[in-house]
Amino acid sequence: MTSAVELSGITKRFGDVVAVDNVDLSIADGEFFAMLGPSGCGKTTTLRLIAGLEFPTEGSLSIFGQEVGTLTPDKRPVNTVFQNYALFPHLTVLENVGFGLKMQGIDKETIRSRSMEMIELVQLDGLAERKPSQMSGGQQQRVALARALVNQPKVLLLDEPLGALDLKLRQEMQLELKKLQRDVGISFVFVTHDQEEALTMSDRIAVMDDGKLLQVATPEEIYERPANRFVADFIGQTNLLEGTVSDAETVILENGISVRAKNGFIAGTHVAVSLRPERAHIQSQGKFEEGWSHVNGSVETVTYLGNALIYGIKLDWMDLEVREENHPGVELHRPGAEITVSWDPEAISVVSN
Amino acid sequence: MSTSVEPRGWAKAALHANGWFVYMFFYAPIVLLVIYSFSNSRNVGTWGGFTLDWYSDFFDSSNARGALSNSVKIAIFSTIISVALGTMAALSLERFTFRGKKVFDALLYLPIIIPDVTMAVMMLLFFGEFFDVLDALFGLGLRKGFWSISISHIAFNISFVSVVVRARLAGMDTDLEEAAIDLYASRWKAFRYVTFPQIVPGIAGGALLAMTLSLDDVVITQFVSGPGWTTLPVYVFGLIRKGVTPLINAVSVTMLVVSMLLVVLSIVAQRVRRNG
Amino acid sequence: MKTVVKIDTETATATPEFEKAALRQESRRGLFLALPAYLYLIFFFVISLFIVFIYSFATRNRFGGTDLSGWNLDSYARISEPIVRDVLFRSVWLAFLTTVICLVIAYPFAYFLSTRRVAVRNIMLVFVMIPFWTNFLVRNFAWRVILGNDGPLTNATEFVGLGSAELLFTQTAVVLGLVYGYLPFMILPLYAAIERIDRRLLEASRDLYGTGLQSFRHVLFPLSMPGVIAGSILVFVPSLGAYVTPEILGGAKTTLLGSYIVTQFLTARNWPFGAALSFVLMLVMLVTTIVYFRKGGRTL
Repeated sequence: MTSAVELSGITKRFGDVVAVDNVDLSIADGEFFAMLGPSGCGKTTTLRLIAGLEFPTEGSLSIFGQEVGTLTPDKRPVNTVFQNYALFPHLTVLENVGFGLKMQGIDKETIRSRSMEMIELVQLDGLAERKPSQMSGGQQQRVALARALVNQPKVLLLDEPLGALDLKLRQEMQLELKKLQRDVGISFVFVTHDQEEALTMSDRIAVMDDGKLLQVATPEEIYERPANRFVADFIGQTNLLEGTVSDAETVILENGISVRAKNGFIAGTHVAVSLRPERAHIQSQGKFEEGWSHVNGSVETVTYLGNALIYGIKLDWMDLEVREENHPGVELHRPGAEITVSWDPEAISVVSN
Repeated sequence: MSTSVEPRGWAKAALHANGWFVYMFFYAPIVLLVIYSFSNSRNVGTWGGFTLDWYSDFFDSSNARGALSNSVKIAIFSTIISVALGTMAALSLERFTFRGKKVFDALLYLPIIIPDVTMAVMMLLFFGEFFDVLDALFGLGLRKGFWSISISHIAFNISFVSVVVRARLAGMDTDLEEAAIDLYASRWKAFRYVTFPQIVPGIAGGALLAMTLSLDDVVITQFVSGPGWTTLPVYVFGLIRKGVTPLINAVSVTMLVVSMLLVVLSIVAQRVRRNG
Repeated sequence: MKTVVKIDTETATATPEFEKAALRQESRRGLFLALPAYLYLIFFFVISLFIVFIYSFATRNRFGGTDLSGWNLDSYARISEPIVRDVLFRSVWLAFLTTVICLVIAYPFAYFLSTRRVAVRNIMLVFVMIPFWTNFLVRNFAWRVILGNDGPLTNATEFVGLGSAELLFTQTAVVLGLVYGYLPFMILPLYAAIERIDRRLLEASRDLYGTGLQSFRHVLFPLSMPGVIAGSILVFVPSLGAYVTPEILGGAKTTLLGSYIVTQFLTARNWPFGAALSFVLMLVMLVTTIVYFRKGGRTL
């Protein structure tokens, strides 16, 4: 099956700056796909390249097998939901939604009926004659979606679609976007810097940094088996314990302790063991689960979150963060308490530097 | 907002007094001028009962009417051309990069900062040297007068229009144009349906400014107008220098009314700008 | 769902050459838009300025014409003649005076404006804009009427027993006319600068034991400096080259640079000298503005 979007060897340079560096990427039809990374990592540029708002410097870019690298946006079967929506302020909701159809020279009746249909689909019935400035952020977001989707694009591109909304509305819209995507059945490619948003919404995530594609995988894979140190650190919270690979099963940490850690590196490679705060467990010194790796340390800080406790742990050679769920009967440790941190060897991952 | 840092006591009183003074200063002369234009006295500054004679004198004077019509023609023509060129210039500077852009940008400021008198001299010498050449080249049968004045007014108005339109363009997100193109608009259609409606208030503001400046100009027009050709401000200026008569009051008030109309229009344009 | 959009059939893989060509096309579009105005400005400003420059080295012949042969610096040398120096000094002095007076009136006004409620402020601004848009000649003429021999001012001063004011045709009248003409040019940039200043900075200054005067000196005024400079340039520049105001309100003894230049062309028919003077005037303006922009000012 051909991919909805296929990038191979795509590079974009602005003068001396390499914004997108030799990216290979394939997005399947019907996929909810996130492009994640810190600001300036090249994710928005990649989206703009797919949209046609920028031309790639090099590489092949195709949509459903059709090479589009040299086509202008109006010749590509994709539409974009812009950051801050870019709704035309002088047009009504109906005119905004119908804009793309009007530009394609479709007759007025069809424009009207299809636009109204789309306005209903995004639940804005009755607001068709409003101007964007008279609408809330969430409503504007829906107009932007309708305006893009009415053209029946083969792929919908979304640039930080929820960035302008407040937290509660954002969570609502996450679910709605997901549902909308299932309803229309096309792939949604969305750019975000919010890793939580990427994890909750997407089928697959592409993590970018400094113009390079670091990992493309499902949320679970990205979280459990990050491809490298950057991904491990960027997605969720983690403790990175520096060490050297001893064999396929063992890593020797900086302080000389060997811990069990399955890895695919050759012996002698400098690596980091990524230990998620919630995967570690604290007990009074000397106690730990059978078969678990463990290190001794002392509690330095305790942060009470209500549903959980975050412990700042001081080891001999580094600091750790450990999260304990706050269920009834959980053992509380006070600052200064001598403790043992232990973890299931299966619950960690080893990443290259 | 906290008011604890605002001046109190005498300082506050002084600020208020200064505010009133500024408005008095601005408007008292204008109001007096209007009043005296209805005064039935040969003396411009004395009240001699109400009359409309000076206005009828003005409208009966073929010289004055001719000058008025010249002014209006030149204002309209030079505004149309400078709005077209100024808007294009603004678009090129706000939306494109091209070779020589920096020089162009700097050049556009020149007409704004050059003093009237210098510009008048420049135009005088330019037409002295080139008008015949231009005439011979294009065979337009140009004569000093309408064409030389219009060309000069366009020369300074392009800059003012482009500054106003640029401000409006700078405030408009390029996202909107990209969205239009993403929605299958060609470059032209994106301009026609998105950019243009967005910058109309700026264009209108620029046009009104250009018209005002054209109707205001004395020095440059005086330098480049040909024999027997004059605009209203130059005509009035000439009259004032010959000696002040109540007729000038009437002409001035007429010009004042035109200015005020343009102000009202520009405020309306600003309203649209805010709601846009 | 049917697909409405047809994919263009002419497609290819992007290459650096294609990208460059696309950029070039974009740049051509920009240049194409700029071109008419660009050419216009080159014609009427670059070339004509050059002509003025050439003329300033030429010689006036006996019939009031200009000989372009035999270039010399005579016209520039004449600037040091006492009569010309007087005109120059007087012009600079009056323009400076006008600027200072405008600043003194406009600063408190702009500050006052910025402390008003938004609705009130907008109305107040409109009433500053109206004189700004009103015909300059007419506004100067109004003062001619007021200051005239038996105008309202003289009538008023005579009525209260002060005798005739006799301001017309004096330097005072010229400065009055210039201040009247250019005050809005000072108020507007000042207001723009002061309005932008975060009021909390003044509160912080008071919190840190600053008196009202100290807060003004050390916080408000320095922060409003861009507005002060922009306003001063906008007033000083046209005042220095003023022609209409001194012609209407000034007398024979108050010839200023603007009128002096005009005289060289329309009456004395000494074009080279007039050209040299205009060129000097323009240089002064240019240097002033460039210094301002170099210092990072943007509010012009």
